[in-house]
Amino acid sequence: MTTVVLNRRTLLAAGGAVLATGVSATGVSGLLVPARAEGLAPTPSMRGGANNYTKGAPIVERIGKGGFWMTGTVRRAGDGAPLAGQRIQIWAHTTEGRENDPQSHGATLTDKNGVFRLEMPQIVPVFGQPHGHLAYDSDEFKTVFLRPVMPSAKDTALEAHFVLQPA
Amino acid sequence: MARAALTWVALAAAVGVPIALAAASPLHAWRDPVYILAGFAGIIALGVMLFQPLLIGGYLPGLSARFGRRAHPWVGGALVVAVLIHVGGLWIASPPDMIDALLFSSPTPFSPWGVIAMWAIFAVALLAALRRRLGLRLRTWRTAHMLLAIVIVAGSVVHGLLIEGTMETVSKAALCALVIAATIKVMADLRVWRKRRTLRGENLTSPGAAPGSPGPPRC
Repeated sequence: MTTVVLNRRTLLAAGGAVLATGVSATGVSGLLVPARAEGLAPTPSMRGGANNYTKGAPIVERIGKGGFWMTGTVRRAGDGAPLAGQRIQIWAHTTEGRENDPQSHGATLTDKNGVFRLEMPQIVPVFGQPHGHLAYDSDEFKTVFLRPVMPSAKDTALEAHFVLQPA
Repeated sequence: MARAALTWVALAAAVGVPIALAAASPLHAWRDPVYILAGFAGIIALGVMLFQPLLIGGYLPGLSARFGRRAHPWVGGALVVAVLIHVGGLWIASPPDMIDALLFSSPTPFSPWGVIAMWAIFAVALLAALRRRLGLRLRTWRTAHMLLAIVIVAGSVVHGLLIEGTMETVSKAALCALVIAATIKVMADLRVWRKRRTLRGENLTSPGAAPGSPGPPRC
């Protein structure tokens, strides 16, 4: 268990470094940086966002029995254009399972307005905070991990927004 | 006699009520046994912490000051065990979250307070065990212990209060307030800071004077 986690973290750190050098090495950055400077900044990954992440969660109609809504948007850094068909992975500690249980994980795609909505079981506080996890982990843009915290544990919905920059 | 009984009832309630309310938390339905155990180890550690200043200060009715001083290090040992179960259990429940906390890279604001308190508890236990071998003077040991005790109490209280978990908020806050009050009381009564000045004064004027002559010795 620990080995998997450590591998993941090492992988993420290394991956981030590779991606960073990759961007600056290509000509894309020359076009991208001025656009970003005057427009929408990319969303940075949050601390602990990647905890209990597993790659390749399946796209599902809903996670478990549902009752709780995870919603959000995916846009492009710079011009803020909505990104359609982007795969967002979602997981949390819920009434139906722990963060690291496979059945707690699921993915969904954004619609033509860059909006995603996935029904899932009620999130319950774990490790001292009621929170969810989201990941953008496809190839087209840089990987981003989010960990939004619910203002109240009684909430039945949570939002998270992605602004992505090309990988 | 009635007052003594009342004190013990109040103490039992101060520690027992938060534990009972935490036991009734609906969150347990969605947690593994190891996670539940880890959570309770933390709650019990907070309860045990209330008795430490009361024992060393000799405030517990019916128990001699001598018994209090003898029990204090053993209860301290129990605190170390409780912290180990707390951290170990949470590590098993969710390794990445525990690793983040221990590395001070956790997103949760309460984690660093708990980790700092943990290291302070370990430091006191280690100092207590090695005090003679290290040849620590009583004054040095006392000062170190008092400073670490402040870190332990402050760290644990902030850690506990910021957590949204199984503990009920009012009983948790009340227990935390009592731990702080008992700590302040014993620190003020034992007058380590003032005594230190007095001792130094005595050493300067008459090096042969026996320290600790006013009042019973405390450690």
